[in-house]
Amino acid sequence: MIEEKSNINGGRSTEASKPKKKPDPRKKLYQPERVLILASSPHLSSTESVYKIMWSVVGALVPAVAASIYFFGFSALWMILSCVLAALVTEAIINFVKKDGLKIKDGSAVITGLLLALTLPPSFSISGGVLGAVFGIAIGKQIFGGLGYNIFNPALLGRAFLQAAFPVAMTTWTYPQTAKYATIDAVSTATPLGMFKFEHILTDYNDLLLGNVSGSLGETSVIAIFLGALYLIVKRYADWRIPVSFIGTVFLVGGLFWQVDPVKYPDPVFHLLSGGLMLGAFFMATDMVTSPITPKGSWIFGVGAGILLLMIRLYGGLSEGVMYSILLMNAVTPLINRYTRPKYFGEVRA
Amino acid sequence: MKVHTFKKGIHPVEFKRYTSSKKIEVLSLPDDVYIPLQQHFGVCCDPLVKKGDEVKTGQLIGVSDAFISSPIHATVTGVVKAVCSFPHPAGGYVQTIHIHRTGNDEWDLLPAYEDWKSISIKKLNSQIRDAGIVGLGGAAFPTHVKLAPPEEKPIDTFILNGCECEPYLTADHRVMVEMAEKVLTGMKILMRVLGVGKGYIGIEMNKPDAIDIMSAKAAQSGSDIQVTPLEVKYPQGAEKMLIYAILKRKVPAGGLPMDVGVVVNNVGTAVSVTEAVTEGKPLIQRVVTVTGDRIKEPKNLLMRIGTPFQHAIDYCNGLMNGTAKVFMGGPMMGIAQHNLSVPVVKATSGIVASTRVRELESLPCIRCGNCVRSCSMYLVPTRLARLSELGNYSEAYELGILNCVECGSCAFECPSSIPLVQWIRVGKLRVGEMLQQQAKN
Repeated sequence: MIEEKSNINGGRSTEASKPKKKPDPRKKLYQPERVLILASSPHLSSTESVYKIMWSVVGALVPAVAASIYFFGFSALWMILSCVLAALVTEAIINFVKKDGLKIKDGSAVITGLLLALTLPPSFSISGGVLGAVFGIAIGKQIFGGLGYNIFNPALLGRAFLQAAFPVAMTTWTYPQTAKYATIDAVSTATPLGMFKFEHILTDYNDLLLGNVSGSLGETSVIAIFLGALYLIVKRYADWRIPVSFIGTVFLVGGLFWQVDPVKYPDPVFHLLSGGLMLGAFFMATDMVTSPITPKGSWIFGVGAGILLLMIRLYGGLSEGVMYSILLMNAVTPLINRYTRPKYFGEVRA
Repeated sequence: MKVHTFKKGIHPVEFKRYTSSKKIEVLSLPDDVYIPLQQHFGVCCDPLVKKGDEVKTGQLIGVSDAFISSPIHATVTGVVKAVCSFPHPAGGYVQTIHIHRTGNDEWDLLPAYEDWKSISIKKLNSQIRDAGIVGLGGAAFPTHVKLAPPEEKPIDTFILNGCECEPYLTADHRVMVEMAEKVLTGMKILMRVLGVGKGYIGIEMNKPDAIDIMSAKAAQSGSDIQVTPLEVKYPQGAEKMLIYAILKRKVPAGGLPMDVGVVVNNVGTAVSVTEAVTEGKPLIQRVVTVTGDRIKEPKNLLMRIGTPFQHAIDYCNGLMNGTAKVFMGGPMMGIAQHNLSVPVVKATSGIVASTRVRELESLPCIRCGNCVRSCSMYLVPTRLARLSELGNYSEAYELGILNCVECGSCAFECPSSIPLVQWIRVGKLRVGEMLQQQAKN
């Protein structure tokens, strides 16, 4: 039989000329009726996914975006759109170059673009914003390997880059279009923090709460940020321990300073409501990738960021320190993870 | 009533409504049974019969001299067709005795002790061993081994596990509701063998009828037995979690419940103990939940060990189209089957047929911490899985990988669909090999 077949094929060696395989003796035992999938347990999973988490964060930022457009007009919208677009395009190009397949649908680049835009001054040039977004995605995230592998929050790294590259433009502030003292468009002023630090002028708390003050696009309205953050915390997409410990530390330690010298130092409520603390504490410090994995680590992260923030605000050359405090804590996160490993059930530690 | 529980854990959808109110039915006897010689934790049995032998129901057909092992009995009356390698539901192939049923049951029973209170403890324990009783919760650890702890480990508390925290399964639930008397008798026998005065029955709050019935029976029993309602949370039924929930005692890492003076047994095991002692019936049958969204008529069935899965599924009117997986046990720790000729074994608590729920491509870990927050053993699953993937077994060992109970909570919660527990299983295996190697050197 085998010879015949090899003749048909012109004498060439083919599969048919190989010795016939012995029939599997197990086949006698059973003939599967249907194909069943074999997989290791668990066979159930929760409905959570990275996509859901990332797009929920985007959704949670909508109130802050809306507030920025309300207070700073359509230029805010253009800035946000161009930053998001720049982040997406950069991510797509790098995905293409690395042959990773398009990964922009996970929404993480949208978050980076959004957060970066929300931390920029209203008068900042759009091309500068685009540059920051490209830097944040390319150097802040993709160079480490993309989503999940970055050490620093990409949006904050993009902003740190802009701060270093354009120190003047990054600290030039304008009144929002709705402010009662904004008689002339785009008049240059200082942020509430800057006003206190350099001129000892306190800003009205109601304006701080609503966001009717000068500052970065999305950082001014405490209420809008809080609304979105509440959603994230209720959905457990943001670890509540980080904002609680971060803001709590600023409040308590800031209050301590105020008690010591109420003239020199601002009161703790002012600390909370001014600057980028709310946006930073709720949306950037809680970035899952760059914050600690253990509950204890989250507390340390928040307290550390709070103390660093106050040091910069009260003793540093800058009026605001949210960005650097979070970036510095990002850098020590792997260390925090290592030293806060929970004691496993029944573990006896020497 | 105070509700007890452990820390962390997860809340999967229960899917128990399919069968939770359905009475246990007796499954018709299959024409052929396939009885693996390894149905327990421990040493595999040697066959006592050969091809052509006639056997009676309950006859001893497999035995081993080893202490940690459990004898095997014929579960129908008929002729031995073959003793050969056959697929086992726990995976792989195991020496199996194939018996062709020739008629109705002719019993070959052990001596029965109606009045078990007057029997010596030694005799009771050997009866439990001879009846081939193992833990019916899933691990199939020989019960007589648990009942003979070393003398330096005194036992002061006995816990009966009626949690049934796995989704879908309702076998233990129905056993408690319908066989409460037998459950309690079995518990009292076990407590007598151990010489323990204090007993608890842990039941999750999603079985209020079982809690009521067991509480009423326990109150009448005259022994110090207490029913403890437990929060509905997975893995509540894991031995260590259950002990912690009820007694707030932590079993030391790498230790056994007896290290904290506790023995835990499943409610199904208690029923088998009662039948073995008072009726002389070896463990030849058990209650199995046949369920899942792809079973036409889900049921709780009392079936003989060795019944092919297909026979049980056919009794429930078969599978629906779109069945992707059939697994033995619950969906969290169950073992997927590749063919349905495999037999029901002592550890089979359920046969579940389901559609494929979610098989997404794994994304990188975004360090959300869900696995850390869900791990009831307080491990860091994402780190352990990564170390195992990278082959760094010595660090995985230092981080306590061997403490993983493989409950699957981490993989359940992972938003990136990373096969966490699966990698940890691989890691545990490799770490075990590594330690053996070190011990040799």
